[in-house]
Amino acid sequence: MANPLKCDLCSKPATVHLTQIVNNKVHKVDLCEACAQAKGVTDPSGFSLADLLLKASLNPEPTAGGMRCERCGFTQLDFKKHGRFGCPVCYETFRGIVEPMLENMHNGTAHAGKIPHRALERKTLYDRLTKLELDLTDAIKSERYEDAARTRDEINQVKQAFSQNSAR
Amino acid sequence: MTISSLIDTPSELTDSASNKTAIVLMTRVRLARNLAGYSFPGWAKPAQRDEILTACRAAVSATPQMKRSLNVSIGELSDLERQILVERHLISRELSGMKGGAGVIISKDQAFSVMMNEEDHLRIQVLRAGFNLKKAWNTITDLDSALEEHLDFAFSPTLGYLTACPTNLGTGMRASAMMHLPALVISSQMEKVVRAVNQLGMVVRGLFGEGSDASGSIFQISNQTTLGESEEEIIKRLSSVLQSIVEHELNAREKLLEADAGKLLDKIGRAFGILQNSHLLSSSEAMNLLSLIRLGVDLSAFPDANRCVIDRLFIEAQPGHLQHAQKGEFEPGQRDVLRAARLRSEFANFPRPDFNFTNDSKN
Repeated sequence: MANPLKCDLCSKPATVHLTQIVNNKVHKVDLCEACAQAKGVTDPSGFSLADLLLKASLNPEPTAGGMRCERCGFTQLDFKKHGRFGCPVCYETFRGIVEPMLENMHNGTAHAGKIPHRALERKTLYDRLTKLELDLTDAIKSERYEDAARTRDEINQVKQAFSQNSAR
Repeated sequence: MTISSLIDTPSELTDSASNKTAIVLMTRVRLARNLAGYSFPGWAKPAQRDEILTACRAAVSATPQMKRSLNVSIGELSDLERQILVERHLISRELSGMKGGAGVIISKDQAFSVMMNEEDHLRIQVLRAGFNLKKAWNTITDLDSALEEHLDFAFSPTLGYLTACPTNLGTGMRASAMMHLPALVISSQMEKVVRAVNQLGMVVRGLFGEGSDASGSIFQISNQTTLGESEEEIIKRLSSVLQSIVEHELNAREKLLEADAGKLLDKIGRAFGILQNSHLLSSSEAMNLLSLIRLGVDLSAFPDANRCVIDRLFIEAQPGHLQHAQKGEFEPGQRDVLRAARLRSEFANFPRPDFNFTNDSKN
């Protein structure tokens, strides 16, 4: 071949050529053997072409510094390196990177499956309880005793709901 | 429960093969789950990994499904024990390679296994013999809901269950079937099938996933995407793909018999001869011979009741199981001797092939 294909990742001659069709869209990628190995192309369980393509070309080059997850310290550069995120909050932090990726990676961009209702309800109650307890301290401090009494009643209600959630 | 008693206990995979498992050997559904408020295992510090492991362990072992389960840290298992769990599809190769802060809980019947601190905090899986995706989903969602009682999963209303890798977002579900497709392999149609299956958004892999070859003509087919559809929709789509692969395999078998029955019967007969008489068998040759005998069972050359013997041998001929049975560690060369001896003794009492079925089918 006069003009051999070059690896999409490192520009060495490509020896691995892959075509995958996701959502009726054709994705092609050419890789050299080393990159194919490194990207797990020979390890089909962890391999998704869409994933790789996006990592290779669609993502804007992370600039030095880049974004950083406040919760876990994970950076955009780390994502480029590992292809995995640092913690659940990263999905908020890196939303701008994740969202365009999903269209090609999945069959849709919005969750349509199971919802952990019980856990979500528990979390809502817990957040509410934390807030009410703060309110109560506040009310007592500023001697607003009527407010304090009302807040205390509410706290009792939420606590009851909370124990019902756990008991079910 | 200890690991050696687990190995010697009858299990879903090794002991429940029946007629309906003819082409689909087993189905599996796994869910990826993570705890809110913690880093994913690959990014968590060792102390945090231990904390996650402790929390998950307490929740998982408290479920009714995990009564009297095997509950171990990966670090406390020998290499051989890990290998055996991989060969039984109870842990992944990735988990087996981990050092600290990772563990697994396996139910007594080996239908459920929960890996902890693999790529995600929890990988919950169920294995079922035969073609049973719906039932597998129903049982695994029950276990998942039981865990939800005690654990706060990382979840977003738009992105669903949050996972370390964005390819698992949404349902976090990977449903798969292990299929025995010898006729499609013999008639060189697998490549075509793989391409077609890919176009439908499904993935084809070898027996042990992870880049393994398809020795024994066994393939794993699973969904590629996890976000944008409900679990039931994904399973329905996968089921219809599997159903059509089953039909293709059956057609291919018929065509092989029509075109040149002698050639196919020769393969089966020779496989039987080698299994009865050989003294050196590599793992992949053994798998391929066993695959031909299994095809023979499906074609009624051997009694149906013997299919489960083959399915058990598919697993017991693997290096880990072989060494466990011999109570020692052996070099690959020695293993080939042991494997051949094992199969010789199994096949000494195996019914001889009866090839009259081809005449019956012509009448």
